Amino acid sequence: MVFQYPMITVQACLDGILLGILFALIAYGMALQWGVMNIINIAQGDLVILGGYIAYFMYLYGIHPAWGVIVSPIIMYFVGVGIYKLVINKVVDRDLFISILATFGISILFMQLMNFAFGADVVLANSGYGTTFLFDSAVVLPNSKIFSAFVSIVFAICLVIYMKKSKLGRAIRATAQNARAAKILGVDTEKVYAATFGLNAALCGVAGALISITFTIHPYMGLPYTIRSFMIVIVAGLGNLPGVAMSGMGLGVFEEFADYILGTEFRIGSVFLLLVLILVYRRFKLSRKREYLK
Amino acid sequence: MKIKNIIITFVSAIAILFSTSVVSFAKVVGDKIILGAAISLTGKYSSNGVHTQNGYNMAVDRINSMGGVKVGGKTYKFDIIYYDDESNPKRAAQLAERLISQDGVEFMLGPYSSGLTKAIAPVTEKYGVPMVEANGASRSLFTKGYKYLFAVLAPANLYLDVAIRTAVELNGGKGVRIAQAFEQDAFSQDVRLGILDAAKETGSEIIIDDKLPKELNDMAATLVKVKQMKPDVLVVSGHTKGALTAIRQIAEMKVDVPMLAMTHCDAAKLSKQHGKNSQYALCASQWHKTLTYKDDFFKDGMTYAADFDKEFGYDPPYQSAESSAALLVFKDAFERANSFDQKKVRDALAATNMQTFYGNIKFAPGGQNVDKPMVLFQVMCDGAGKCENKVVAPLKWASAELIHPIPKWSDR
Repeated sequence: MVFQYPMITVQACLDGILLGILFALIAYGMALQWGVMNIINIAQGDLVILGGYIAYFMYLYGIHPAWGVIVSPIIMYFVGVGIYKLVINKVVDRDLFISILATFGISILFMQLMNFAFGADVVLANSGYGTTFLFDSAVVLPNSKIFSAFVSIVFAICLVIYMKKSKLGRAIRATAQNARAAKILGVDTEKVYAATFGLNAALCGVAGALISITFTIHPYMGLPYTIRSFMIVIVAGLGNLPGVAMSGMGLGVFEEFADYILGTEFRIGSVFLLLVLILVYRRFKLSRKREYLK
Repeated sequence: MKIKNIIITFVSAIAILFSTSVVSFAKVVGDKIILGAAISLTGKYSSNGVHTQNGYNMAVDRINSMGGVKVGGKTYKFDIIYYDDESNPKRAAQLAERLISQDGVEFMLGPYSSGLTKAIAPVTEKYGVPMVEANGASRSLFTKGYKYLFAVLAPANLYLDVAIRTAVELNGGKGVRIAQAFEQDAFSQDVRLGILDAAKETGSEIIIDDKLPKELNDMAATLVKVKQMKPDVLVVSGHTKGALTAIRQIAEMKVDVPMLAMTHCDAAKLSKQHGKNSQYALCASQWHKTLTYKDDFFKDGMTYAADFDKEFGYDPPYQSAESSAALLVFKDAFERANSFDQKKVRDALAATNMQTFYGNIKFAPGGQNVDKPMVLFQVMCDGAGKCENKVVAPLKWASAELIHPIPKWSDR
């Protein structure tokens, strides 16, 4: 099919890139707090969905859901700090397994609370953005997806600048490099952790608002987003923003092509297969390096 | 010490009270016929679980207030013990055990969804407890040889069968080219099998056959294929998520297709959430309020809908209507069996042949209702953007004429 209709190749690439950028934003949040606090946040996807509900409720009250991109991260920042103060600060220095358990618990709690509060219906917010046609209408791009990708890029750039220039950004980077040394040098690591978790939640809030405009939201739909961002981070490595963006887009494009060539039923499976291959390849490369060192 | 004693006395008092009340729950007590039901009141099916419960409650109140059930010259009233199965099949099976072996329930009503019904059916079958269910349509429920399972609804493979046949009819009896996208769950795959059968019988060709993974809420790739291959009919089934995603992306990508048929439009509140974008979509439904079936309790669909709205404050989805019908079937079977013997009631259920406001009910040996066709409605909007679902097929009940082919996006 890809060869029969050449324009599909262009369509698949663009769809994949736009999708990948949005996923990369969620993955960046995950990479940030994983790098700084050494916590794998299973509740990442649930924070995304909660962010989506904020935009959805704005939409219900007649406010354009695109404003959710501003409002949702602000609310989610405080939700993130709250979660940190209640749960995460008790597991931050413990081993990875305990933090996974703790965030898994938070994930279940969030799912049930959202289901209780917002109901089990699948909902979405209509942005009313139109469609862009390219190449004599052979390639079709919904403007909501373009908007999502654009907003994701803007937020990612802002965050990079913030991390480089601001005092808190420098403190976060210092803590990520060596928490103990940062503490000795006067960085209040407790505050840094809380802010990092808040920032991650805020990024999830932005992504959630965008997802409510482009896709659908449901209290139990968080896990796929957690898994996807986890995969992107694994492929890209921690603390590597261009890597996260590239691996997000790469996986997005790969997924679209897998859909056309192998069929939709193999779409998600083939992404997982790719992940396994990448991990095996990495191990292979590492072991070669180790032999060399010997 | 004193406080401790008081607490112990209090707790044991509650325990004794509870154990006696458990005993008093059993089967037919005094003038009450007690039915058991595990319903999803929390978890992912909770919205439809509540629709189901409201349907049951509405029918119980109505039957009780109109004279109850007459068995052996005595009048009985219905009562239901509900438990929340948390939308979890394992929990549903446990609760069915509990209802039967602890609470002594001898007759059961079904839960919401095919998956949960599948979990409960082996339990009711083991104990020989007749179960009338209204929300499990999966074909596999009716091929296992269950003797005590009866479903008032049409099986899943018939959901979109009407759509294909209508398309072929409109094509002058010639086969059509079908594109289909189905979620990978038991129900949607059953719908898919029905389409395969219909395509074979009508000489139609399936040109796109996508199976959507459950986690996926993006069908852009499928729709791009549809744009390129230009099928005559596009069929989508993936619960509410599938319906909402399909309409959103078809509108965004301006996919032109002469006929679009799908499931779960009411549950997704399609016309409310998408407004004019959902216009012309054909939706499979077990029931619609404008159908002209009649019975003595609810009169007809319109009266049922009005009464339901008065009581619960919303228009009844078909999940509620079919749940109400399940109680009517039980009442009829009890009266014909004229006994509370489970075997006799089971035989009476198997011999059911009646009309309710929801449709005709007659069970095949597998337990599915074979006397009630599915209906198709089409979303139609007026100039102001107010959308309504109108029945368009089968022709016998059509309240509006099918708009076919769907106008192109560029002409709308």
